[in-house]
Amino acid sequence: MARLVETRDETPTARTLVLDVPGWPGHLAGQHVDVRLTAADGYSAQRSYSLAAAPDGDRVELTVQNVPDGEVSPYLTGVFSVGDPVEIRGPVGGWFVWRPDDPAPVTLVAGGAGVAPLMAMVRARRAAGSRVPFRLVYSVRTPDERWYAGELRRPDPGVEVFPLYTRAAPDGWPRPPGRLAKGDLAGWGWPPEFDPACFVCGPTGFVEAAADLLVALGHDPRRIRTERFGPTGG
Amino acid sequence: MGIVSPGFHGRRRQGDVKLPPGQYLTDDFPVLSAGPTPRVGQDEWEFVVTTETGERHRWSWREFLALPSETPTVDIHCVTKWSKLGTTWTGVSLDTLLADVETTADYALARSYGGYTTNLPLEDLLDGRAWLAYRFDGEDLHPEHGGPVRLLVPHLYFWKSAKWVHGLDLLTQDEPGFWETAGYHDYGDPWLEQRYQGD
Ligand SMILES: Cc1cc2nc3c(=O)[nH]c(=O)nc-3n(C[C@H](O)[C@H](O)[C@H](O)COP(=O)(O)OP(=O)(O)OC[C@H]3O[C@@H](n4cnc5c(N)ncnc54)[C@H](O)[C@@H]3O)c2cc1C
Repeated sequence: MARLVETRDETPTARTLVLDVPGWPGHLAGQHVDVRLTAADGYSAQRSYSLAAAPDGDRVELTVQNVPDGEVSPYLTGVFSVGDPVEIRGPVGGWFVWRPDDPAPVTLVAGGAGVAPLMAMVRARRAAGSRVPFRLVYSVRTPDERWYAGELRRPDPGVEVFPLYTRAAPDGWPRPPGRLAKGDLAGWGWPPEFDPACFVCGPTGFVEAAADLLVALGHDPRRIRTERFGPTGG
Repeated sequence: MGIVSPGFHGRRRQGDVKLPPGQYLTDDFPVLSAGPTPRVGQDEWEFVVTTETGERHRWSWREFLALPSETPTVDIHCVTKWSKLGTTWTGVSLDTLLADVETTADYALARSYGGYTTNLPLEDLLDGRAWLAYRFDGEDLHPEHGGPVRLLVPHLYFWKSAKWVHGLDLLTQDEPGFWETAGYHDYGDPWLEQRYQGD
């Protein structure tokens, strides 16, 4: 059982939920939880959400994008209030994880909400005092859809962030708006010769495209770990 | 019943349809994979059964297509909570493929192009409950969904239906596969909600 203790709006349509989970066993960056909502008559619905922060005692953080007409996300981003209980299960997943003792350079490729577990990796790196070089390529439609914008702008030595806009870029942005292309990953990700660990997360179509591009650039498919969030979107 | 979430009503869009616990209905066909999608051409594809004695049975794409096919319509349930009802596939029954394979094995480990593995009791692959599917909804199976050929074992969570399947090892001892090693359930019965180890 978890209880909502704090919320933070990341964008007008996405919010971070800080939950207190007594007895939380800790987690690895990249893992997720299953959230189960139950109505008064016993009807219930479950969805998965990535753990967005590094382990911190009994506190866990999720960031949820409101999917219009969705069953669960509008509740979590709108109705769910500080003090409310919620049932969560986890941590889950042992493959899409970054471990601070892995010295390989890391390329993170995020599409939209897919930044959540990758942000957990950036934060876990910082919490561990790791000096492993990280690069985050973060694709969003427009500048105001960026999550964790303030935190990702602050200097974090060894972490380079490359935002990429698919619909509209800020004025004077050098890269014209457009979908993630091979050149973006060639220029901003670590080259295959460095044998980086690549983590790709986002909507299914984005992950398919990004993972294919990494393979085409010469990355070993076994070094590319993917997490697909949903059927549609960005 | 779990703790009530104040103000949650839910959509209940499944109507009268009975779904396994914790699942919701979708008309999309979401994708779950651990890495990039392997691209395997039909001309290079082969299927190899290796028994516990090391005996190998091999089918090329052409030999495989010459086997009698079936067109099962089945419900599928993914551990990421979606269920899709009434999906129609074309494939070869594992009963057909294993008919002439001499074995006393109790377990099978499916191996895929790209390195994915998943384990199943051999009996779950028999008696008309499992196929090697190569068409979905009347079309060649798309690589994203496991083409050219995937295992189809609809009575277990869909990760057991290995995509890009390349072979089966028949084993006398159970050997956990990819997701099973990463904390997922060894058997994966959706009706018993066997998602994770310990369920
Ligand atoms: C391992 C894992 C981790 C995840 N982590 C996160 C996370 O950290 N943050 C987060 O916001 N989401 C995350 N998701 C997605 C999340 O589980 C839900 O799918 C999402 O919140 C939508 O649920 P819903 O009940 O609101 O919508 P549903 O009622 O399930 O769907 C309503 C409509 O929206 C479409 N839809 C469903 N999911 C999405 C989506 N992701 N994007 C666009 N359209 C969609 C459906 O096709 C449907 O038409 C994760 C998914 C997985 C599998």
